Amino acid sequence: MLEAYVPVLILLLVSIAFALVLLLVAWAVAPEKFSKVKLQPYECGIEPVTDARDRYSVRYYLVAMLFVIFDVETVFLYPWAVIMDDLLLFGLIEMLVFLGILIIGYAYAWRKGALEWA
Amino acid sequence: MVDLIVVPLLKIVVLIVAVLTAVAYMVLLERKVQAWVQVRLGPMRVGPHGVLQPVADVLKLLIKEDITPSRVDRWVFTLAPIIVLVCAFWVFAVIPVGPTVELFGREVSLQLTDLNVGLLYVVSIASLGIYGTILAGWSSNSKYPLLGSLRASAQLVSYEVAVTMTLVTIILLTGSLSFNRIVEVQRDMGVWFAFLQPVAFFIYFVGGLAETNRAPFDLPEAEQELVAGFHTEYSGIRFALFFLAEYTNMIVVSAVAVTVFFGGWLAPFPNVGWLSWLGYIPGWMWFVIKVFGVLYAFLWVRATFPRYRYDQLMRLGWKVLIPLAIANVIVTAAVKVWWLS
Repeated sequence: MLEAYVPVLILLLVSIAFALVLLLVAWAVAPEKFSKVKLQPYECGIEPVTDARDRYSVRYYLVAMLFVIFDVETVFLYPWAVIMDDLLLFGLIEMLVFLGILIIGYAYAWRKGALEWA
Repeated sequence: MVDLIVVPLLKIVVLIVAVLTAVAYMVLLERKVQAWVQVRLGPMRVGPHGVLQPVADVLKLLIKEDITPSRVDRWVFTLAPIIVLVCAFWVFAVIPVGPTVELFGREVSLQLTDLNVGLLYVVSIASLGIYGTILAGWSSNSKYPLLGSLRASAQLVSYEVAVTMTLVTIILLTGSLSFNRIVEVQRDMGVWFAFLQPVAFFIYFVGGLAETNRAPFDLPEAEQELVAGFHTEYSGIRFALFFLAEYTNMIVVSAVAVTVFFGGWLAPFPNVGWLSWLGYIPGWMWFVIKVFGVLYAFLWVRATFPRYRYDQLMRLGWKVLIPLAIANVIVTAAVKVWWLS
């Protein structure tokens, strides 16, 4: 069974090698001229004043947390769907209970405004 | 030894060359289609009707200066495009391009490897690429790239849920995650899943547009707001790697769409008598035709729709597509239980 993963590994190594070769070839042929202004971060012609890594909106963290919850839930659905042929009604009810709990959480997040962006 | 290393290696070389060619001509096709939609001619100078334009583009990107701005984190700045590109290529390992064929007296399957977790593999590897985007924005240490990468990650993550969820219906129909099996089931049932699961296809297509940062969801690189998004500071070959990865990702999304929803390498209308000659066209050619069909839809959408606003984008993802995907899974499961009992 594990032999099926050997081509996956080879593909990974070949694509890393491909990216590195492209980089090396380009660095060998491309010109390099130093200029202080050119090396500044791009800011539409204005000189950058502060470090760019500043605080950003808390919404992004919220989206990340919601993502973790929902994606883990979906991962649970995958094996359930594979053996659905054997489980039938039992599997359906089990999954409805599982999804039901999640939908309650989803409705709660919606009402609390976690899904709003503005 | 030959079967384990040499054959896969040869397949990989063919695969990468094919993907690079497809990307090159995809870029030309995009410019041409955009031009035709806007009643222009598009690239015409390099070669007849601009067919050599991709070659000129590649040469230009290779010999341009590759600037490393003074404030960036050098190693991560170089690592980011490599991660994005490698993840884009890596997905192709499980996509079946055609049925098993006989080549030089040897049975060769036109799929790198038939993993029994194929669909899960694609979903997980495809979302790994976002690490490259985040690292690119962070290591650039410049405001526009940082904003672009934040937007890109939040957007990808939001649509990822709906897409992953909607693919569950396909597993319900096939009872397997293997791509080969998914195509075989479509052949045996005599119907493509796009017609059996139109809602799932719709969610997948919209999610695919959003995950590849295509218009109308191209907010991470909205030119009017963010210059070029997360690759603002990139130039030369490292920019080329991002560019290549972006178009490779579009091909990946189309290839998965074709395999899962449009019968992969199957010829259409196998049951219509006077169209039986369609079956003589080899499977891999059907695959390529279908992939370019889906890619054309991507371009068509880009030329037609205006860009979403960010809160609209998030609302569509979280409040429309996710409930729709959950409902679709429940309905499909219920119909399946009812059908089997």
